[in-house]
Amino acid sequence: MIDIRRIFTQVEEIRHEFGTPPPEPLIRGAIGVVMTNPYAGHYEADILPMMKALEPVGVDMAQRLLAAMDVPRERIATYGKGAIVGGAGELEHGALWHVPGGYAMRELLGWKGDRAAYMAGRGQAHTGQPGNALSIVPSTKKVGPPGAALDVPLTNINASYVRGQFDAIEVRVPGAPTADEIVFILAMSTGYRVHARVGGLLAENISQWDGQR
Amino acid sequence: MPADIRKIVVQIDETRQEMGQAVTPPTRRAVAMAVIANPYAGRYSENLDELIAIGEELGALLGQKAVKALGIAPGEAQSYGKAAIVGEAGELEHAAAILHPKLGAPLRAAVEKGAALVPSAKKRGGLGTAIDVPLGHKDAAFVRSHFDAVEARVSDAPRAHEIVVAVAVTDSGRPLPRVGGLQASEIKGEDGLR
Repeated sequence: MIDIRRIFTQVEEIRHEFGTPPPEPLIRGAIGVVMTNPYAGHYEADILPMMKALEPVGVDMAQRLLAAMDVPRERIATYGKGAIVGGAGELEHGALWHVPGGYAMRELLGWKGDRAAYMAGRGQAHTGQPGNALSIVPSTKKVGPPGAALDVPLTNINASYVRGQFDAIEVRVPGAPTADEIVFILAMSTGYRVHARVGGLLAENISQWDGQR
Repeated sequence: MPADIRKIVVQIDETRQEMGQAVTPPTRRAVAMAVIANPYAGRYSENLDELIAIGEELGALLGQKAVKALGIAPGEAQSYGKAAIVGEAGELEHAAAILHPKLGAPLRAAVEKGAALVPSAKKRGGLGTAIDVPLGHKDAAFVRSHFDAVEARVSDAPRAHEIVVAVAVTDSGRPLPRVGGLQASEIKGEDGLR
């Protein structure tokens, strides 16, 4: 079921955006895996087997992305994910990435939660900081032609409301997806926009550990 | 003056199959791009020495970044190419000043040897303009399996006063080459051609 044709990786080092350069550049990265869409060209009611089959792909992509970014795991501050479905597929096929893409990055970054509960869409009770990667992984998806660009949102891994880290990275694989393919994407960054200055919650002030604040 | 670099983008494109045929080993193309301020934006300057120096700096920086992204020893690089996109307040000759006088030598050092011409492309463009960076075998320009191109693009660049400079390095030729011509295994690699 998993038939990978191409893997596209991009890492950006943002040193400034016409203001005073921060002490460390922002590192933003994304990885896109181009694979055959087994459900292209017809309507398939039960697509969940693909979600299961994508689990090892998610783990591999998350590890590859972190390696490409060449920073310690502890420096990863935001994440996001996305999918671009080729023209013979359906938007819902892109949604197959939510669980395998999401938990792969969250576990890589230190999430200690209950995967079964997560798969079932349930939260969990806790107090204090129960590990890392508590936030929902924000996402976008679309049906598009080869070379379509997708803006993949990025938010803090522990608190979705960290305003200075709201960001997005544009991902585009020249020549993909063809009509019968899907590009599944993971993205991560080391944190604040280079000249973040519109206030709001700072990552160092996260106190609720509920994935939001 | 060293280049005022706003952003560096490195991308790796790994192809594992084409038309259902396995590509073994996968072909891998890396592109390293720098977004820099154009010191001559908005004015005519007869002398372009600053950009020539920047070309030398970026040949080393981007060449090394691309090789590192592929995770190979420098000598394992097989083909290369270079390109620049000049923002609209600059002129095409600014791209030429970066690419042609001094970028090549440090790039060749980054990939070892490099007897062949570094193929190039240039254009003027706006934010998100894509350029197809030509690729040719680094030691013998006539190796047909390595004639290729890879697209380079930075979504928020070049601004009018910026230049995007791209260096591409591969550890392979095209995915399933089968149109004959000079083979990489047949080259002498001395005259840069065969």
